[in-house]
Amino acid sequence: MNKILLKRTLAPQVSLIEVDAPDIAKKALAGQFVVLRIDQNGERIPLTIADSNPSKGTITIVFQKIGASTRLLDRLNQGDSILDLLGPLGHPAHIENMGTVVCIGGGVGIAEIYPVAKAYKNAGNRVISVLGARNKDLIIFADEISRVSDECHITTDDGSLGKKGLVSDVLKEIMGKEKVSLVSAVGPTIMMKVISDLTKPYNIKTYVSLNPIMLDATGMCGVCRVTVGGKVKFACVDGPEFDGHEVDFAELMSRQKLYIDEEKRSVERHCSDENPNCRCKG
Amino acid sequence: MRNKPRLRDPKERAGDFNEVSMGYSPEQAKEEASRCIQCKNPQCVKGCPVNINIPAFIKLIAEGDPAAALDKIKEKNNLPAVCGRVCPQEDQCEKMCILGRKGEPIAIGYLERYASDYGNKNSQSRNTKQSSLDKKVAVVGAGPAGLTCAADLAKDGFSVTLFESLHGPGGVLSYGIPEFRLPKKIVNDEVEYIRSLGVDIRYNMMIGGIFTVKELFAQGYKAIFLGSGAGLPKFMGIPGENLNGVYSANEFLTRVNLMKAYRFPEFMTPVRIGKKVAVVGGGNVAMDSARSALRLGAEKVCIVYRRSKEEMPARIEEAENALEEGIEFRLLTSPTKIIGDEKGWVRSMECIKMELGEKDESGRRKFIPLKGSEYVMEIDTVIMAIGQSPNPLIGNSCSELKREKWGGVIADPETGQTSIPGVFAGGDIVTGAATVISAMGAGKKAAEAIRKHLG
Ligand SMILES: Cc1cc2nc3c(=O)[nH]c(=O)nc-3n(C[C@H](O)[C@H](O)[C@H](O)COP(=O)(O)OP(=O)(O)OC[C@H]3O[C@@H](n4cnc5c(N)ncnc54)[C@H](O)[C@@H]3O)c2cc1C
Ligand SMILES: Cc1cc2nc3c(=O)[nH]c(=O)nc-3n(C[C@H](O)[C@H](O)[C@H](O)COP(=O)(O)OP(=O)(O)OC[C@H]3O[C@@H](n4cnc5c(N)ncnc54)[C@H](O)[C@@H]3O)c2cc1C
Ligand code: SF4
Ligand code: SF4
Ligand code: FES
Repeated sequence: MNKILLKRTLAPQVSLIEVDAPDIAKKALAGQFVVLRIDQNGERIPLTIADSNPSKGTITIVFQKIGASTRLLDRLNQGDSILDLLGPLGHPAHIENMGTVVCIGGGVGIAEIYPVAKAYKNAGNRVISVLGARNKDLIIFADEISRVSDECHITTDDGSLGKKGLVSDVLKEIMGKEKVSLVSAVGPTIMMKVISDLTKPYNIKTYVSLNPIMLDATGMCGVCRVTVGGKVKFACVDGPEFDGHEVDFAELMSRQKLYIDEEKRSVERHCSDENPNCRCKG
Repeated sequence: MRNKPRLRDPKERAGDFNEVSMGYSPEQAKEEASRCIQCKNPQCVKGCPVNINIPAFIKLIAEGDPAAALDKIKEKNNLPAVCGRVCPQEDQCEKMCILGRKGEPIAIGYLERYASDYGNKNSQSRNTKQSSLDKKVAVVGAGPAGLTCAADLAKDGFSVTLFESLHGPGGVLSYGIPEFRLPKKIVNDEVEYIRSLGVDIRYNMMIGGIFTVKELFAQGYKAIFLGSGAGLPKFMGIPGENLNGVYSANEFLTRVNLMKAYRFPEFMTPVRIGKKVAVVGGGNVAMDSARSALRLGAEKVCIVYRRSKEEMPARIEEAENALEEGIEFRLLTSPTKIIGDEKGWVRSMECIKMELGEKDESGRRKFIPLKGSEYVMEIDTVIMAIGQSPNPLIGNSCSELKREKWGGVIADPETGQTSIPGVFAGGDIVTGAATVISAMGAGKKAAEAIRKHLG
């Protein structure tokens, strides 16, 4: 059992929890994730380690309520415990001193790019961060990311904060102004594809952190397989970070839809308003 | 005549996940046990990888004392209820039974199962020794090999910590072998017994990630046993394998067994089974996948296997059960590609027919594709059950650990000693996918070697 020591709401559908996990906190590196199971009936869901504090023995997780499991997770409060927590999992992000690194986060991916931006900064890079979301309420972690960036840009689809437009527009501008050595992006799959398409003609190394469906997340089942450079990789152990220019995004997007119908049924069973058994309202 | 166990009706059992075989009644067990002629030099014992005193426990059953029989078995075997169900007895103890030469061998497996099902409540075996903290041993993996090694060491007074990466114990017994063949309650009861011996089991701990082998030594563990199995699924490398609707058997069985997807949405992990399912492979894993698919509501399930029935590595009993339940066998057939629709879902599979040729080094006949025999079968789900190899995570985090090219950890077959002093290994991680009882045998031998190593 891993106790939740702190919980905050960051945006309408986004929460942050700080969880007691001393062994994981000591080991976690930027780009790694955990798998958790809320209770006996729960599924195993992967979530990125957004921050870790080895001296306090805690890790920070930021999650978006999108389906049944994340809604149930949001039912837990400070003092409650998570049944199972496994980590750190996956390869850490490739961190090197490259020169100028652009770190891009979209939606809840902003929290996931934070540890990566921090690591690039600590490695001596000039870090330019670009955060994007639909509107200003959904821009999270802006202060944290600004602190570890030399420049921080914000874009929203509706222009309610920062520039109106997409993260890729800002990336284009930056690329026009200065030499970019590397781009690292986390966010919706389509965003990572657009960014990779944009940097490819310029041969700018681009890392993306993929989020295929996972089950065990230890390399045992293969559900997370993605095609990278024509080869099949298991994202949970070979990734989740890959060279964006090599990823077969179309296949990934198709595989992410594997359980769309079941996910709806799960929400109906566990979280809908009409359902008397609903477990996600107090 | 050998007593037949009570099996549930094929039609009824194919509709649920309850156990297929109900084992022996007390009367049947006594009768079967009385057939044993109590050989002075029992051959059956030589066929059992953990050398259970078979005539002695059978005698106790004949005398009507299953609890004492169970204690006798537990001197050698910590998981009798499991072995009585899933051991390939026909290739082991029963193959050697003297009665098998002229007639039918004693049903040793079913008697072992009977002893543990009926004797458990009255069993006396409990740990009496105190664990001594200065002799800490770490065991990695709570499958049959790790559980056996841990239990034996705990019985000897070592303080044993068992690290398991999943959230529950059992290894393949929990995530692979289905409920209808091995009820999870039985696995959990056996694990409770092992915990009662003093073994501390820590779940959600992936060695190689959270701690490396070196770090375990630094934490004061004096010896380490690696029993992390062969959990890495193989794919064929044919076109279309990443289409939606193609599972590895590991994924499919883990969803159904460990995560209880057959009770979705009450249990939150989904599984999707189509109407027409093809399972590729001919081992126990393929049989378990096919029979699970049937129970999840598939209309038609077929096994696609490239050799003939004689070469099938599955247990005979399980292949027969599968046939009885209505599973179709397409033998001498191998897939060449999987074909999808515009949305990325499986629609059909192209196969080629095979012909058997000369025997190869392993004694199995080679198969040769018949040119021009390709044909397409309509299906919507494919389950790849063509084998597993050891997961490389521990080895990758520990370069001194010598491994075979195919991934197996190199270890002395008698002691489990690896290339690193104080590190032992056994079970599927060493042999590649094998059997429950051979993994247990390896766990036992390693426990003995660790005992010697630590003096
Ligand atoms: C390595 C990795 C790191 C991640 N980090 C974060 C994070 O820091 N914060 C965050 O909010 N989300 C993160 N995700 C995504 C998160 O795991 C899913 O949003 C979550 O599992 C959805 O569960 P659900 O039951 O609430 O929704 P569901 O109704 O199950 O799913 C909604 C959507 O999420 C995707 N999804 C479903 N199950 C899984 C699964 N087991 N693995 C991956 N995706 C799934 C599906 O494509 C689906 O479209 C990460 C995913 C991966 C693979
Ligand atoms: C579907 C199926 C059906 C089978 N049917 C039969 C049968 O009928 N009869 C028979 O005799 N055999 C059968 N087998 C084979 C048998 O189950 C295996 O040979 C046996 O379980 C091997 O035992 P093991 O302890 O070596 O490994 P496993 O049972 O694989 O256990 C290994 C354990 O280690 C854990 N682990 C892995 N990596 C790590 C890590 N880094 N850190 C911590 N823990 C880790 C795993 O999660 C797992 O729990 C079957 C196998 C399958 C897959
Ligand atoms: S453990 Fe297996 S091989 Fe040994 S006696 Fe029992 S059934 Fe036979
Ligand atoms: S070989 Fe057969 S008959 Fe002889 S002791 Fe063993 S089980 Fe009994
Ligand atoms: S999630 Fe199972 S292998 Fe990656």
